[in-house]
Amino acid sequence: MSLYHVQKLLYQLNRDPAVRQRYEQGFEALLAEYELTAEELHAIRQPDIGLLYVMGVNGQILMHYAALRGFEWDRYIEAMREGERRYGPVRTGLYVRAGERS
Amino acid sequence: MSLVFAGACSHAPGITGRAQRADPQLRDAFYASLERMREALDRARPDALVVIGAEHFANFFMNNMPSLCIGMADSYEGPIEDEAWLGIRHTRIPGAAELSQRLITEMMQEVDLAYAQEWKFDHGIMVPLHFLTPRYHLPVIPVNINCQGPPLIPLARCWAFGRALRHACERQPERIAVIATGGISHWPATPDSGKINEAWDRAFLEKFLANRRQELLAYTDEQTHREAGQGGFEIRTFIALAGCTEGSRGELWFYAPIPIFAVGCTVAVIPIVPLAEHAA
Repeated sequence: MSLYHVQKLLYQLNRDPAVRQRYEQGFEALLAEYELTAEELHAIRQPDIGLLYVMGVNGQILMHYAALRGFEWDRYIEAMREGERRYGPVRTGLYVRAGERS
Repeated sequence: MSLVFAGACSHAPGITGRAQRADPQLRDAFYASLERMREALDRARPDALVVIGAEHFANFFMNNMPSLCIGMADSYEGPIEDEAWLGIRHTRIPGAAELSQRLITEMMQEVDLAYAQEWKFDHGIMVPLHFLTPRYHLPVIPVNINCQGPPLIPLARCWAFGRALRHACERQPERIAVIATGGISHWPATPDSGKINEAWDRAFLEKFLANRRQELLAYTDEQTHREAGQGGFEIRTFIALAGCTEGSRGELWFYAPIPIFAVGCTVAVIPIVPLAEHAA
């Protein structure tokens, strides 16, 4: 529903040390400042990297959030593949047509 | 003086961050070509290096996304990514604010631009600098072309941007080097990471190296997305360089798909034909 806000939160977490500090001190208070649906909040909190990918989060943003949450490279790639298996093709954004690949 | 060096190279974060996982023979041959490029850049004795890059949500986001932006700061810093993740230590990079301002002012006669007096480099600029100016001694002028968040600037305007950059460089007393850095076909940071369409890359490189304007501008984003992935949108950096070196034929020093780097690794140099000679 609000891919822009999901990406904005993750972008700011990736790039702004002050936002990163707030994440470390109290993630819920930070999350409350963004317009996020229940599904989005769940995917961010978990984190469900595969679901975030299927929601359309750009990989250039998502890969850093995955690293922040302890996903090394191969696990990050596998999490996106698992997301497609569990939730279906990417719903919106740049990767919508990625599901057409063989 | 004017433009004294032009080249193009890849910038994928795996080039440094996942170096140990690559085929050593391919990796070392690629690194050797980058070292050859560093030597050629050094021989050109530039006063400043313009890097035409395509950043990945380091400074610019969809709340205020410029199609084209040039840095205008005395210094920059990077990488913005985790040092261990990228394999590059955080550092300061000298800028050339006054030269930037003159270039921007000249270019605005021909194209619309944004400028930035703060800029943190991500792997899109840091990986090339790591190889080409490893002492970070050369003042850098960063250029960003939005290749990440559509709508994206049309290819013809990237060419016009490059041409305007060339005209502006010709009016400066400094010796200016320009490199473009981007991937050709690639699907970075997605489940398809590591997929590379080598035939597509080689066809594009042939047109790029021959400086065939009409053929370069004939690519559509729909076709590029389908055949070269969303990473293929970064051909905009190559096309801007082609506009900057209009009339010059390039030399391919290295090309090889290296899947763990998630890109067809490329090193190309464009011997510069003077503008007057080309016009004649």
